[in-house]
Amino acid sequence: MAHSKHTTKWLISGPPLLYLLIFFAIPSLIMAFAAFRFPGDYGGLMPLVSTSDAGASTWLINQNNWREFLTLENFLRFVEDKVYVELFIKSFWYAGLTTLVCLVMAYPLAWLIARSARKTRDLLVLLVILPFWSNFLIRVYAWMIILGPQSYFSSTLNKVLAVFGIEPVSLLFSQFAVIVGLVYVHLPFMVLPLYANLEKHDMTLLDAAQDLGANAWQRFWKVTWPLSLPGVWAGVALVFIPALGMFAIPDLLGGTNSMMVGNLIKQQFLDSRDWPFGSVLSIMLTLTVLLLAAIASWAGSRHKKKGKK
Amino acid sequence: MALLEIRDVVKKFGDFTAVNHVSLSIEAGEFFTLLGPSGCGKTTLLRMLAGFEKPDHGQIILDGQDMAHVPPEKRPVHTVFQNYALFPHMTVAQNIAFPLKMEQRPEAEIKAMVQEALEDVRLQQFATRFPHELSGGQRQRVAIARALVSRPRLLLLDEPLSALDAKLREQMQIELITLQKEVGVTFVYVTHDQGEALALSHRIAVMNKGKVEQLDVPETIYSYPKNRFVADFIGQCNLLDATVTEIGAERMKIEIAGVGIAEAQKVEGIEIGTKGALSLRPEKIKLGVTLPADDADEVHFKGQVHDCLYLGDVTIYIIELENGTLVETMLPNSDPGKAKFFDDNDLVELAWRFDAGHFLPV
Repeated sequence: MAHSKHTTKWLISGPPLLYLLIFFAIPSLIMAFAAFRFPGDYGGLMPLVSTSDAGASTWLINQNNWREFLTLENFLRFVEDKVYVELFIKSFWYAGLTTLVCLVMAYPLAWLIARSARKTRDLLVLLVILPFWSNFLIRVYAWMIILGPQSYFSSTLNKVLAVFGIEPVSLLFSQFAVIVGLVYVHLPFMVLPLYANLEKHDMTLLDAAQDLGANAWQRFWKVTWPLSLPGVWAGVALVFIPALGMFAIPDLLGGTNSMMVGNLIKQQFLDSRDWPFGSVLSIMLTLTVLLLAAIASWAGSRHKKKGKK
Repeated sequence: MALLEIRDVVKKFGDFTAVNHVSLSIEAGEFFTLLGPSGCGKTTLLRMLAGFEKPDHGQIILDGQDMAHVPPEKRPVHTVFQNYALFPHMTVAQNIAFPLKMEQRPEAEIKAMVQEALEDVRLQQFATRFPHELSGGQRQRVAIARALVSRPRLLLLDEPLSALDAKLREQMQIELITLQKEVGVTFVYVTHDQGEALALSHRIAVMNKGKVEQLDVPETIYSYPKNRFVADFIGQCNLLDATVTEIGAERMKIEIAGVGIAEAQKVEGIEIGTKGALSLRPEKIKLGVTLPADDADEVHFKGQVHDCLYLGDVTIYIIELENGTLVETMLPNSDPGKAKFFDDNDLVELAWRFDAGHFLPV
């Protein structure tokens, strides 16, 4: 009996485990390993194995010469030039700002959807996911038109600014445009988890809070907000992490000064063809995100313990 | 002056009148119950007292102050909700501290008051538990402690025991009475359970279709229901169609349709020929094979046992009168090991004192 139960467990969890192994664990390890290697003469990685014309392969790396094949230089390059750390900080700032703006915009929207009548609710959720039905790049190009100097939006804004004697501004190819694009693309990922959470809230809790003396502000901060935190965290993760690695939006909407770490990684792999350094950047990005998540979770559990006391 | 005065209050939802010109007053320290079937307007009335609904007409005056423009959070009124509405992200102690924090009392005072409230409901060792770690009865006690901790002028209870099983409910009823005596807060209790209302209340307002049908102490409500609705709603009651045939100084005679003439207590505002029903509680009827007919105050009829229902402590006998009318009676099972005194189709005699019943004009 215990045996068959065990077998069933493995049969069920086997395929997803295998999937994760093949498409996540192994590629991650390959990438981590690549970070310690030298770039090849024509890009990519310096080979560790040589293949003769006949098809026989021999290892080039051995106990004595491994220092010629493996190095920490790629990591040193990352640490030594503060340009990269600055780029990291800027990317975190962009992704953080995007997450914050998304949260502030999505919360009332999710609340409104969760509180509307059943029929309206389904329609509103549909509207939130509707943009996914068209191509991502096309939607970003649409923003290039909206923010472009010829657009009605830009010209009206500049006319208004002129009334106050302010010089005309160029909206496109700026940090502003990058944030707008990042917020636009990621907003649904904040709305949906928040909606899923808020929709389940028991409204009598708000009645109870009001009955016990809480005003609208206190009802939100003492009841609705803490109960919505799982939804908030889900939304933050779904927005912050993809926004951090985004390269298409800074490419299309950003100017020369709005590059993000995603652009740099893409550059290393596709343009400079320096795979080892690209791998270092990727690993450092992953590690930083994991570190932040660990800090957040530690702070969360500490807060909870304090609450229990 | 009464603590709470409800003056001619009306509440409509669209075409539906939930509360229809209700006036009543509640004294400080009273355990007052609004009793009625679902949809009778009792919960709407309670929500108006809490401030969640605004009356369309009339006034609610608490401690001499008109509540019309006072929002729920500013009223010295707290509610125990039907589903308890405990905050799931707060511990028992934090839940109870909530109203005190809203009043911005000093931390030390809050701590002491929460401790006292926990003792009141015997939950000291559960202070750090979360609501989902408690049983139904414990949650109920937390909800009551939270609503009472800041000593509101009025505590509203919306069917608070309806989610508990029968045994726990009885235990909680006793706790509620004790607690109310201890803290001295005025309770306004909403229920559809007549037994609960009779057991707990100082006074009961029986409501139906948005109106108060009868407002009185439990024993009067039970023994002298004012009309068919109250008689029918409160407890088991035989309603025998009858017509007034003779009116004396203190007594009158009525003809129970198809059965015969019976003496009954005089009721105000009737005349010969007034139609109505005699309401008669099952336990007020004597039952026997033969009953002594020496008491002139007693009314006697003959019947036949139609059905018996053994309930353990009592057995209910359904007696068929000569004209086919069924009358419910009951006898306590005082003989050990014996389930009933009569069998189906036994011929029996029924008797009741002239003032055991109560004539209700239509």
